[in-house]
Amino acid sequence: MFDFGSITTWFDNLLESVMPAWAATVIECVIIGVVLLLVYALLAIFYIFYERKLCAWFQCRLGPMRVGPWGILQVFADMFKILIKELIRLENIDRFLFALAPYLVIIASVVSFAVLPWGNGLQVIDFNIGVFFMIAASSLGVLGILLAGWSSNNKYTLIGAMRSGAQMISYELSVGLSIMTIVVLAGTMSVTELVAAQADGWFLFKGHISAVIAFIIYLIAATGETNRGPFDLPEAEHELTAGYHTEYSGIHFGFFYLAEYLNLFIVSGIASLMFLGGWMPLHIPGWDGFNMIMDYIPSVVWFLGKAFFISFIIIWFKWSFPRVRIDQLLALEWKYLMPIGLFNLILMTLLVVYGLHF
Amino acid sequence: MANIQETISKLCPTATFEQGEELRVTVDAKQWRALAEQLKSNADLGFDYLVGICGCDWKESMGCVYYFTNTSTQNHLMVKVTTADREHPMLHSVSDLWKVALIQEREVFDFYGIIFIGHPDMRRLFLRTDWVGYPLRKDYDANPEINPIRLTQEPNEDATAEYVEEADGSVKKIDKKVFEDEEYVVNFGPQHPSTHGVMRLRASIDGETLLKIDPMCGYIHRGIEKLCESKTYPQTLMFPDRMDYMSAHQNRHCLCMCIEKALGIEVPRRAQIIRVMMDELMRLSSHLLSYGCMTMDMGATTAFFYGFREREEILDIFEKTCGARMSLHYNVIGGVVADVHPDFIKDVRALCSIMPERMKEYHKLISGNVIFLNRSKGVGVLSKEDAISYSVTGPSGRATGWHCDVRKTAPYSIYNELDFEEITETAGDSYARYMVRMREIEQCVKLLEQLCDLLEKEPGNEYIAPKVPKIIKLPAGSWFQQVEASRGAFGVYIESTGDKTPYRMHFNSPCLNIVGSVDKACKGYKIADLITITASLDYVIPDIDR
Repeated sequence: MFDFGSITTWFDNLLESVMPAWAATVIECVIIGVVLLLVYALLAIFYIFYERKLCAWFQCRLGPMRVGPWGILQVFADMFKILIKELIRLENIDRFLFALAPYLVIIASVVSFAVLPWGNGLQVIDFNIGVFFMIAASSLGVLGILLAGWSSNNKYTLIGAMRSGAQMISYELSVGLSIMTIVVLAGTMSVTELVAAQADGWFLFKGHISAVIAFIIYLIAATGETNRGPFDLPEAEHELTAGYHTEYSGIHFGFFYLAEYLNLFIVSGIASLMFLGGWMPLHIPGWDGFNMIMDYIPSVVWFLGKAFFISFIIIWFKWSFPRVRIDQLLALEWKYLMPIGLFNLILMTLLVVYGLHF
Repeated sequence: MANIQETISKLCPTATFEQGEELRVTVDAKQWRALAEQLKSNADLGFDYLVGICGCDWKESMGCVYYFTNTSTQNHLMVKVTTADREHPMLHSVSDLWKVALIQEREVFDFYGIIFIGHPDMRRLFLRTDWVGYPLRKDYDANPEINPIRLTQEPNEDATAEYVEEADGSVKKIDKKVFEDEEYVVNFGPQHPSTHGVMRLRASIDGETLLKIDPMCGYIHRGIEKLCESKTYPQTLMFPDRMDYMSAHQNRHCLCMCIEKALGIEVPRRAQIIRVMMDELMRLSSHLLSYGCMTMDMGATTAFFYGFREREEILDIFEKTCGARMSLHYNVIGGVVADVHPDFIKDVRALCSIMPERMKEYHKLISGNVIFLNRSKGVGVLSKEDAISYSVTGPSGRATGWHCDVRKTAPYSIYNELDFEEITETAGDSYARYMVRMREIEQCVKLLEQLCDLLEKEPGNEYIAPKVPKIIKLPAGSWFQQVEASRGAFGVYIESTGDKTPYRMHFNSPCLNIVGSVDKACKGYKIADLITITASLDYVIPDIDR
């Protein structure tokens, strides 16, 4: 497999040969920042288009068709529109928190974006508690949502924010537990090591029934944590018009919107990291020829492909199911998902202790 | 009938009787309350279903016309209550006996200024609180300077009043509030994604639990009843299409039948068949829309498109024959405006043949979904007694187990020749209402197939009665006609003095009653349930506001 690490090392050495180490680090940080934001924006655009086309397909429609071939320029037009929209100033609100909230949401998603294993050697930060960091960073987002709902001085947004707070905090537990299950299996929290450990088979296949349970719980809880249907209560448009971001306009609304799509990508990315091997191609022990052919597919394609596949499942949920009610939502988490998750964690520990996994 | 007359004359010796289509009783305001109590509780009378209240101004007196039905014997009774006091007309409220009066008496108060003693919430229903005068009174001054187009926002007043009769007969006004100051009130509408139009509901909540709902109507009130009084009969025909636009054919059919009944016109059989076919197509399209909207309100957007896909075919059929997709204007006095399109039967048969397949898809997508079941089963329960008391008819009424289908209880047109089932469920919750609609779709298809055969075999090609007078004048008198519209029993009451224009035309719409029951159905459930319940009750706003 091609290792992108060789390029980055070569570039790092090149810079260090002409300038002091701190300057090289600064330049690298700037470049990475720009690239990340660019990828972020491009992925958001892709995801919006992806979801619109998928949803059209589920609904016997064509989706956007007018702007550009197959409507691919529609999203660019929409983005441009959102950029030039006026930011409406509201009276009687907490201005500072109101303006801060969308940035908190977007920062949380950009930061967790950085930890994803994009490809072989393509990773922004790689340290031994990568998974832990990712969970911590992604849970910052709820703060932004709570602040947005509270500072808008609107009853709908307040109810939306309250729901969102209850929901995201609850579902983070299940996300955490199912990730923890895999961490137990892998014995590491480092992203690189997690991927490397799946070279001889993805965790979904290696971890017996326990990994499968963790995967299903993760999918449900991740849908809940990203506020997507059938768990889109915080912005249940038929009840609360737009929930916590009702009062936002222009690019401030755009930030919430982008963050929502990117969070979808991030949870899909984490799922592919934890269960489907990150960028690691599909390897079956013993089938060397097959493994070699799989290795010819670039690692970035593997990672994106898996992430898009998981996103497809989550989008499929959204467009098929009705929305659950707040009490049912919380009952599902606290009465079912979390107990099952805890039990599953113990089961996995036993499997690992007795070496029963593959 | 005679039995009823005897019982009433014993209870109320001064009452006068008149035998029309149904027994008509006229009583004075003073005896009304005692009679009303007997009408409800007396075993010989047992009029448990108050179909409608129609306020009226007879110049020398004012009052209301109440139309009652006994749901077990299907006896009808019309009671005219009059009061000579024009300055401060007052009647006793019957809102404690028939809950539907809670909302219908407010309508009468709004238009005639008749105060109902004992009504717990006596305030205007449709008009702004700062409106001057009572527009349906015959001496109303329509001068625009009195009621200019106000550019200020309507004050959000919580003030209401109850009028209580003291022991000495004097009436005291007690000021009340709709919501107390410490209540947390959330406003839904008038612009809101799931109020299905410009409807406004104010809900007092505790956390996510609903404590009280106050529906505020009138945002698209067009004064149709007032307008009708200045239009000739053929001109009034345009209005029913614009009330419940999802029952355009049935509503117009009702008005046409009422006028035809007064004129004694017999409608040719071919026209009858066409009318009934159109009614059923309309019902089918309405139920499909309802399926789509209900599921969409619950967050399942895909189902919405499924419903609309088939509805589109029906609208195409309408377009070919009626020339329109929305305000259809197809029925006219004496028949229909033109014969059906040559492709009509073929198209309807094609529709009937695809529907069973499509029904399977609907059920597959939603009906068994665990989230849908959890959201709708046991939510918004109305008991059969509630449904009768609030006069919630149509699919929502039948979901409680009440046999209230006018096509069966008082068959009109050619319905008694046709073979179909009256669909009822017993649970009375949102799921039952949904299932009644889904099962009625099957019945509609069954009816349409029979009607296609009938229309094919029908030898004549006469689509309108030959002897419809050029200038239509109804003889003096009053008529009431009901049909089963898509959302329940729709009634038309016409009072004529022998003129070219009606003296009073009242439309008794099912959706107003349904809105009256929203508070009852929603209390104690969650905010999200409010949306499910209102969607499953399936009201259409222009039908409420008229």
